[in-house]
Amino acid sequence: MNGATAPRAGARDLLASYDAGIFYDELFGNADKPAGHTRLIRERLSQLDFEDLQRRATDAEKELYNLGITFLIYAAQGAEDRILPFDVIPRVISAREWAHLEAGIKQRVATLNLFLHDIYHDQKIIKDGVIPAELVLGNANFRPQMVGLDVPFDTYIHIMGVDLVRDREGTFRVLEDNGRVPSGVSYVVENRHMMQRVFPDLMRDIGIRPVDNYGHKLLEAMSEIAPVAAGDPEVALLSPGSYNSAYFEHIFLAREMGVPLVEGRDLVVENHRVYMKTTDGLAPVHSIYRRIGDDFLDPTAFNPDSLLGVPGILEAYRRGNVALANAIGTGVADDKAVYAYVPRMIKYYLDQDALIPNVDTRICREHDALTYTLDNLDKLVVKPVGEAGGYGITIGPRASKAELDDCRAKLLADPANYISQPVVDLSVCPTVTPDGIEPRHVDLRPFAVTGSKTWVLPGGLSRVALQKGTLIVNSSQGGGSKDTWVLENGDAA
Amino acid sequence: MNLLARYAECIFWMARYMERAENLARILDVQETFVRDERGGTNWLSVVQLYADEEAFFKRHAFASAETVVSYYVLDATNPNSIVSMIRAARENARTLRPWISTEMWSQINVFYNHLLALTPRDVAMPHLSRVCRTIKEACQTHTGITEGTFYRDQGWYFYQMGKAIERADQTTRLLDIKYHTLLPSTDDLGSSLDMQQWCTVLRAAAGYHAFRRVYPRGMTPTTVAGFILFNEGFPRSVVMCVRQIDGLLTRLKSRYTLRQGSEAMEKVDELLAALLSRPIEAVIADGLHEYLDWVQRQLIGITAEIGHAFFGQEPAPLAQVEVQ
Repeated sequence: MNGATAPRAGARDLLASYDAGIFYDELFGNADKPAGHTRLIRERLSQLDFEDLQRRATDAEKELYNLGITFLIYAAQGAEDRILPFDVIPRVISAREWAHLEAGIKQRVATLNLFLHDIYHDQKIIKDGVIPAELVLGNANFRPQMVGLDVPFDTYIHIMGVDLVRDREGTFRVLEDNGRVPSGVSYVVENRHMMQRVFPDLMRDIGIRPVDNYGHKLLEAMSEIAPVAAGDPEVALLSPGSYNSAYFEHIFLAREMGVPLVEGRDLVVENHRVYMKTTDGLAPVHSIYRRIGDDFLDPTAFNPDSLLGVPGILEAYRRGNVALANAIGTGVADDKAVYAYVPRMIKYYLDQDALIPNVDTRICREHDALTYTLDNLDKLVVKPVGEAGGYGITIGPRASKAELDDCRAKLLADPANYISQPVVDLSVCPTVTPDGIEPRHVDLRPFAVTGSKTWVLPGGLSRVALQKGTLIVNSSQGGGSKDTWVLENGDAA
Repeated sequence: MNLLARYAECIFWMARYMERAENLARILDVQETFVRDERGGTNWLSVVQLYADEEAFFKRHAFASAETVVSYYVLDATNPNSIVSMIRAARENARTLRPWISTEMWSQINVFYNHLLALTPRDVAMPHLSRVCRTIKEACQTHTGITEGTFYRDQGWYFYQMGKAIERADQTTRLLDIKYHTLLPSTDDLGSSLDMQQWCTVLRAAAGYHAFRRVYPRGMTPTTVAGFILFNEGFPRSVVMCVRQIDGLLTRLKSRYTLRQGSEAMEKVDELLAALLSRPIEAVIADGLHEYLDWVQRQLIGITAEIGHAFFGQEPAPLAQVEVQ
């Protein structure tokens, strides 16, 4: 128990034996930074009956399943609908903390958009030696088709998800940028709806910033970026189809925006304009929120085997007849190697320091960083920059001598292919488990929408690692989610 | 607002599968009491014949018993004509349509399907069969009610109702045809108490017994029953009522949304309606009821193909074979 912030003693104090250990706690804070803003919520939680809490949690999950708020998992018996497990204890962010995060996210979005505009135009940042040319131009996600092309408002990343973690001191840090097709925002809104149904008593008079205008903000941005000539533009959401694991989110977003959800086979390009096939023939489409990657977007320009895309759409896009969000070629900005340079980019483009720091990252192509990494190999996480999905990562504290030696050899052979980071002690949040309320690690993915300007959804997706001790919050690996409350005022008391 | 061609097709088929599942539940429900011969045995083979599934069925089962037929038509996921397969197909369509249909429509189909998946052979065994069929029928009717109460009235609504009406017309012809497959009564049996009991059950399966009695308070003959089920202008499952509905829906859909396509479909519907209204039931029976029902089913298939061509972006239907009924 964090002594300074212990809940009021009571006969049925649900949180009495809760202990966050060495980690920063999202509900209690820590001894240096007690979370005063959660006092009222803690008091209410501590008065709840555990069986009642469990019953409401079970009801909530059953409802999610029945409503089909699910993602598809491909298991041995074929495709199966699973819910993203939902934990009913919210993660709470104070108004002051949020103001800081919001500014930091806007700063990051602005920087990455400036970066993308630069590398697809004058490439000043490369010429000025801030970032190595091969990291950008040799990047698989750099799209030569975008060079010299102007996009509305110079916005490339219209929808951005920033993965944040909180370290042991309670400092938020950026772990990863998602500037291609970030997912998860549907759970933010649905989790809130679920909480409103299941825990109206917990939420009463707290003053929580709403999240349900996301669709409205997204549609606004999609309309802003549509070709001016379109007048009243037709917006559509392009999905890979109902067997995509994120199909629920596509449905959600199409409904919230009130626009058609189309698949590649519903669209056709004629005279470099995009149309959808309707019951009355072809109807024009002006602005597309596409939830498929660059590679699959246009078989005539990218992956020729793609059946998901629309032949000819790239040329329609290049001619300005259709808007795409996100723009083509944003993947170069959310690359692991490029990530390490973002703080320097912020300095370069905005002459500011990063409001939200990166996780300390050492770029092993640089001599001092390599030396430090080699000297501290057993304490660091070493990541190859070219790989995705966690491949080739060496986690120093858990690696054997042989693995460390192997890692050392690879680092020396090709230092430019690696970055290193300390192991982050992710913060925890009280979570309902079969054994009572226990601390579980969480991260946070806020979402930013940018048309002519940037708007950040208050809060974001809090993912929680439901298994004791694990840091992995991914939904495919037993992760769940929590409702994220951004308070209207500094203190909910 | 525009309606995607693919959505229109999904809506049309979602409605058809739900209607088809309801009708199959009706048929299985009455089967036990219905198809008895003089010795009181139940002829379950007739259900298999009704859906022309003999080949597929006998690949899986040696005999058409209550147990094998019920399991084949309720729970067997490998049988595309089983209730669980139909609801799965309806759910797949609903899943695609989730951006378009109401959350309540989706949620009910989703829960219904998961309920069916949880059923075991023991749950549908003979003493429980009637209850299971009733549950299924009611779930389909719940779907209809939720749709009526929550589905936004745009083009989609017309395609939904057209799908439902076409399927219902088709199913009514099959229900009526069950008499043909059950027993071919010898001339001695015509009008016998067994024969009449079976006609009565056809009426009950179509939820038409009381309506029939209102029109014919006294007596019941095969001719009056068949005529009622085919041609009655007030009975919601009659073929004539369904086809009139399709006709009206197509006309309103085209004019209200100024759709350019669909004239061929309308022509076909008009032809069918004219044919249905042109011959008295006595003449139909004299020429062979089974052949007539078969012909109606083929016309409905033709109309479906024309709708698919006009609105769903399908290839044109092959030239209609010249066919005289």
